[in-house]
Amino acid sequence: MSTDIEAQGVAPGVNVHTHGTRRSYLIGLGYAVVLTLASFWASSTDLIYSPGVPILLGVLAIAQMGVHLVFFLHISSAPDQTNNILALAFGIFVVGLLVFGSMIIMANLNHNMMPTDRLMQLQMQR
Amino acid sequence: MSATEQALVSGDAVPLSLRGPAPTRVVAGYGFWLFLLSDIIIFAALFAAYAVLSGETAGGPTAADLFDKKHVLIETACLLASSVTCGFGSLAVQSGDKSSTYFWMAITFIFGVTFLSLEVSEFSHMLSIGAGPSRSAFLSAFFTLVGTHGLHVTLGLCWLIVMLLQVATLGFQPMVSRRFFCFGLFWHALDIVWIGVFTIVYLGAHL
Repeated sequence: MSTDIEAQGVAPGVNVHTHGTRRSYLIGLGYAVVLTLASFWASSTDLIYSPGVPILLGVLAIAQMGVHLVFFLHISSAPDQTNNILALAFGIFVVGLLVFGSMIIMANLNHNMMPTDRLMQLQMQR
Repeated sequence: MSATEQALVSGDAVPLSLRGPAPTRVVAGYGFWLFLLSDIIIFAALFAAYAVLSGETAGGPTAADLFDKKHVLIETACLLASSVTCGFGSLAVQSGDKSSTYFWMAITFIFGVTFLSLEVSEFSHMLSIGAGPSRSAFLSAFFTLVGTHGLHVTLGLCWLIVMLLQVATLGFQPMVSRRFFCFGLFWHALDIVWIGVFTIVYLGAHL
């Protein structure tokens, strides 16, 4: 990798430091397999306190996404990756807003909605 | 690392404003990275819809009735394996090794097709028992989310064929290896989306 590329930052997926190794993919594969099997196991076991299982699954999924980002997409916190990290942070922010915002709003609406049969009665009276 | 390289990496040597435009590979990679993030935002919207609608089964089959965990584990394994072989293929492209590019990318393609055929068989089974997208809001959201992911995989496979043809006809020109590089990013990003799908849709169904 030439120095003028390093001076301009690097694109995601280009790892200038461990450039050209299969090792990072294999390490990533190892972590991903363990995390995947753990989440399949966690969803079917009785050993874990059951209300805690969704949180555990969420943690395992986020950990695996992190593994994929680091070992497959080669995102790191190196100074030449600042642009990629900033874009990723904004993406995660928008994803969080969309998913959790929708869920909170819809749960609220469901909670405040009049039951359907009473709504029908009201319309009949009119 | 020499002293000038050290200085360039730490950014002391030339001020950012005087460094001139970044190389095409960096610009293309960054632009594609932004596209991938916006694609992931599309998936986030579909995930939000699924999370809101997953209980609205309208008296039809529920998620727990429909989804088979073993099937999903095999699908996950296929996609993960294809992600790793795609990584090996990208390394082969970087080192300009034609035969091992063909080898790893062919394996990537085979895993991708296996994943897709498993998904199609699941969908056709669901349609045959009357659990199609028009049955309930839950199933509409399910088919939209998982179908969009499947569509991305299909497009990725078409892209892979085009890239292999370009390697065969054009060789490893800078633009070809740049496109291959973007394909690798796309394929890895699809695997990241699949983590969300199998956790929320398939494992979430059995809680």
